[in-house]
Amino acid sequence: MKPELDPVSGRSTTGHEWNGITELDTPVPKAVWFFLITTFLFSVGYWLFMPAWPLGTTYTKGLLGDDERANLTAAIKAATDERGAWTRIVAEREPVAIMADGDLMAKVRESGRTLFGNNCAMCHGREAVGGPGFPSLVRGTTLWGDTPEAFAETIRVGINSGHTDSRTSQMLAFGRDGILTRQQIDPLVAYVRGLAQQGSTTGKQLDEGRQLFAANCVACHGEGGEGNRSLGAPDLSDGTWLYGGDDASVLQSIWHGRQGHMPSWDGRLSAWERKLLAIYLVDLRGNPR
Amino acid sequence: MFGLHKQLERKSLALALGIVVAASIGGFVEIAPLFTIHQTVEDAPDMRVYTPLELAGRNIYIREGCYACHSQMIRTLRDEVERYGPYSLAVESKYDHPMLWGSKRTGPDLARVGAKYSDAWHVAHLDNPRAVVPESVMPAYRWLLRKDLRIDRLGDYLSAQRVVGVPYTDAMIANAEHDAYGQAAPDSAYAEGVTKRYGEATTIRVFDGQPGRLTEMDALVAYLQILGRLTDAAHKPAFAGRQ
Repeated sequence: MKPELDPVSGRSTTGHEWNGITELDTPVPKAVWFFLITTFLFSVGYWLFMPAWPLGTTYTKGLLGDDERANLTAAIKAATDERGAWTRIVAEREPVAIMADGDLMAKVRESGRTLFGNNCAMCHGREAVGGPGFPSLVRGTTLWGDTPEAFAETIRVGINSGHTDSRTSQMLAFGRDGILTRQQIDPLVAYVRGLAQQGSTTGKQLDEGRQLFAANCVACHGEGGEGNRSLGAPDLSDGTWLYGGDDASVLQSIWHGRQGHMPSWDGRLSAWERKLLAIYLVDLRGNPR
Repeated sequence: MFGLHKQLERKSLALALGIVVAASIGGFVEIAPLFTIHQTVEDAPDMRVYTPLELAGRNIYIREGCYACHSQMIRTLRDEVERYGPYSLAVESKYDHPMLWGSKRTGPDLARVGAKYSDAWHVAHLDNPRAVVPESVMPAYRWLLRKDLRIDRLGDYLSAQRVVGVPYTDAMIANAEHDAYGQAAPDSAYAEGVTKRYGEATTIRVFDGQPGRLTEMDALVAYLQILGRLTDAAHKPAFAGRQ
């Protein structure tokens, strides 16, 4: 079978014929060859310059010595150096002096918001207003103090966190563990809410509640319910409620007890980052959004 | 080049051999490194295995398709390292069968989420994500708190993991059910065995806030709280990447 020329296109055919139908032997277009060869050459170059072939326990490193982990270390070092000018000041200067410096505070607010968003906002909310079980950081009294030092320490050690210096706060489950009966807890709830000038109480309930409070609660919360920071016992008279101040919530707290938990950020954030967050919070408390 | 191809095309045996050679290059490049994997994966002597409860949680993670939106793989990128912590090492998923690295990142990466949030947060968040993160698009997994965890087949599951190379001991397999219960019941007689078999650092807590009940929430939260904490290898200065 000798290839024939196709009379219409002038090209040669493959030489095969099926029931009178022949096939053009059109060559691969030049553009396809061009891209094929270019890609091939590129890959040969890539093998040469970049990490490519596995060789047992190692691999060909390439002439450029490119390495993702080294690139990352360099990128982080460059970013740290760039920030270094002002983060060093944050690390060294007293919080009061930092808060008095307007330009520095602009940076603290910007970085603080990002750090807060990544680490704290999940529980405390983006604007730090909290929610049930997760205290507001901008309103009301804070259980562990609201100075930059107190905030920074809480962020470092956490609360009931398992960190060796952790702040601890353990309220017993007075109902569940059978220390008080359901009948005793009702007047106690009324009395506790009365400490914060909330709810209404009858004289009888008040007397019963006062006795129960004196017998069970004053050891941690104090005579007048003013709390004790070293024991992690909140002030019951200030109107700030960590777990809600209605009858049902207070009953729930007394019945099941409360063991709030905040993780420690000791291993996750560096000292200057924790200090910056603390200053950010004090600033936010001063000017809540 | 045209000539060679034309000739090859006309010899069926030579063409078939040529195809086999070309196709096996791709296979070889993927398979060959596996023969030396024991030398290339980093060493982590402190690496511990998942407890039965954590494995049960991992199964729930797979069942609910969490991997479809969450990766467990921090890449060597500055933004990921600054947000999540040190990049993931191969050794950290040494006992993951199957691995759950994922590549769809609708939600945040979870490789280092362990111990970042409290148990109460995880429970509230899984029960209704919008309750704690108003802008979240994650579905609510309300049934986890209501459904009791099935633990009767955990022993078999541990044996299966041992077949593929996870060093579970006979004692771990024999006590899988007790250990799963004990890890979420610190006051029970079974809690001690968990510490004995899996180490002092094992977290033994009422994960779901419901003492006396072992729910699927217990298992999933126990699993989430161990993510990134099976070994400290990634935090060593050799890999740190971060000050």
